[in-house]
Amino acid sequence: MALKDAAKALMAVLNAGKEYVAVMKLHDDVPASRVKEVMAEFVGPIYQRPPVRASVKRRLRVRTIYELEVLEVEGRYVLFRVACEAGTYVRKLCVDVGNALGCGAHMQELRRTRVGAFSEADAITLHELSEAVFVWREFGDEKAIRRVVRPVEHMLAFLPRIVIRDSAVDAICHGAQLAAPGVLKLHTGIEPGDMVLITTLKGEAVALAEALVSSREMMAMRKGLVARTLRVLMKPGTYPRMWSSSGEVVKGP
Amino acid sequence: MKDLRPPWAVKRQLLVKAEGETDPRYGYKPEERPLDEYLRLGVVNLDKPPGPTSHEVTTWVKRILGVEKAGHGGTLGAS
Repeated sequence: MALKDAAKALMAVLNAGKEYVAVMKLHDDVPASRVKEVMAEFVGPIYQRPPVRASVKRRLRVRTIYELEVLEVEGRYVLFRVACEAGTYVRKLCVDVGNALGCGAHMQELRRTRVGAFSEADAITLHELSEAVFVWREFGDEKAIRRVVRPVEHMLAFLPRIVIRDSAVDAICHGAQLAAPGVLKLHTGIEPGDMVLITTLKGEAVALAEALVSSREMMAMRKGLVARTLRVLMKPGTYPRMWSSSGEVVKGP
Repeated sequence: MKDLRPPWAVKRQLLVKAEGETDPRYGYKPEERPLDEYLRLGVVNLDKPPGPTSHEVTTWVKRILGVEKAGHGGTLGAS
């Protein structure tokens, strides 16, 4: 859950990969080895038509299954873990596996165990949250609340980053696109179209952006645009304004 | 062949394109923000109890923390 301004960063999470643990029920007896064999073929890009009751248009689309691991087979029940791209329907995956096996199958249970950088293992209960707030309100001790509430950067840690100069920060906060001279550091493996996180040298999130060029090109470029700002996360004015409306760089303070 | 590792498992290196310094007078390291700002830019990885909807739980969290705005990015866990 994202508080106040951090809610602006949720669009990144919707696009993030997910991990689920699910139970699939087969409609006939199939040897476990056969189930594993067929499910292994679903790793990689797969075609999926969203189910009848879906909130998106029902056209065939490609989704990537990163990992598909059969954890246990008991009778007709198959317990498995799947790591997949955002927008993958696990219910549909079960039906498709059933069709591939020739016996039919459906999803019996589903539990999401990871979204982007957040995993089930380090989730906080409502009780822990209210206790931390109590300790802070009553005794002024911030330690517990800082443990249960995390900086928005933590939620975005799964995104590739571009670290920029102080002098480029305020222009981005006003919605400008990122140009090559503002870039100080960048992650490997960025491809055009990828969502990236723009941060300061202190590690603060400035904005979510779409990379316009690859990491390789970004390293070599001396001028030109490298990323298109999608969502500004930092308040304008946090860093000094080093630019004028005519696009000229203003002398620093 | 496309990389089949889930995005969270991809190990990336940080390349240095240019050297630079940051002025300590502006901004804060995320962990060192004053509490009001820390909460304004805060997220909770909440273990949603089964039963209430994400929307209801969001309302409770807003009340517990005394913030007027919060959003959820889908459930993670029992739903």
